Amino acid sequence: MQYMCDIIAGKILTASESESQFISKAFASDLMSDVLMLDSGHILLITGLSNPQVIRTAEMSDIKTVVVGRNKKCSSEMINLAKECDITLIESPYSIFKISGVLYESGINPIF
Amino acid sequence: MNVKFDIEGGNFSSARLASSGVKKMLKQLNINIQTIKRLVVAMYEAEVNIVAHAYHGEVNVNISQDQIKVVFQDHGPGIKDIELAMQEGFSTASEQVREMGFGAGMGLPNMKSHADTLNITSEVGKGTRVEIVCYLKSKQSCLQHLFTMH
Repeated sequence: MQYMCDIIAGKILTASESESQFISKAFASDLMSDVLMLDSGHILLITGLSNPQVIRTAEMSDIKTVVVGRNKKCSSEMINLAKECDITLIESPYSIFKISGVLYESGINPIF
Repeated sequence: MNVKFDIEGGNFSSARLASSGVKKMLKQLNINIQTIKRLVVAMYEAEVNIVAHAYHGEVNVNISQDQIKVVFQDHGPGIKDIELAMQEGFSTASEQVREMGFGAGMGLPNMKSHADTLNITSEVGKGTRVEIVCYLKSKQSCLQHLFTMH
């Protein structure tokens, strides 16, 4: 998790305490309905949206790690909700395209 | 086993409490995780719809031996053409809802794809009733927990 965070210049705002930090697949979207349509759980979500609905969607979709890109800042409501839902929340200054590219290059796979 | 939650229209801060509460409860009952996810995603879409479109609503959850039935009833503008609303991409969502990552016209189709059965009835000017049913594959574990809890 720390390595992944380093390569996207990420800052961990809150870390899941119970979930394994090993991630093999990721999905990037600003449309939460698309996230909710996924069959896969336990993936990394990369998004440019910064609002509590992102965390709520992750909770319903069994997603335990969320990266908020485009240098968007997460509110205290988002951080508190992520803590409550035991979700790792990371901010990155990179664009969604760059985060996706860097993580893909490091071995994280797409869902489809 | 029956549980009821109230849903407040327009209050996006609380737009998860019913779905989240049911998710926790079903985990305690040791329901299959895929079934939980399907039901909870369908519920969450319905819950967001009530918050986004209605004045208020309620959801009743019934867990029996072989199925989970969830009924949402809201008081709101209703849906004029349900068949049209079921089409992917059709949406009447506000800009506020779209900025939250919803309102792309995927909510009702998403509910349909996650539920085993979905029934929607609506009366314009009064409200909408959404019934979601997911069948339980692993009945035994659910039964055991129901007996120990009650």
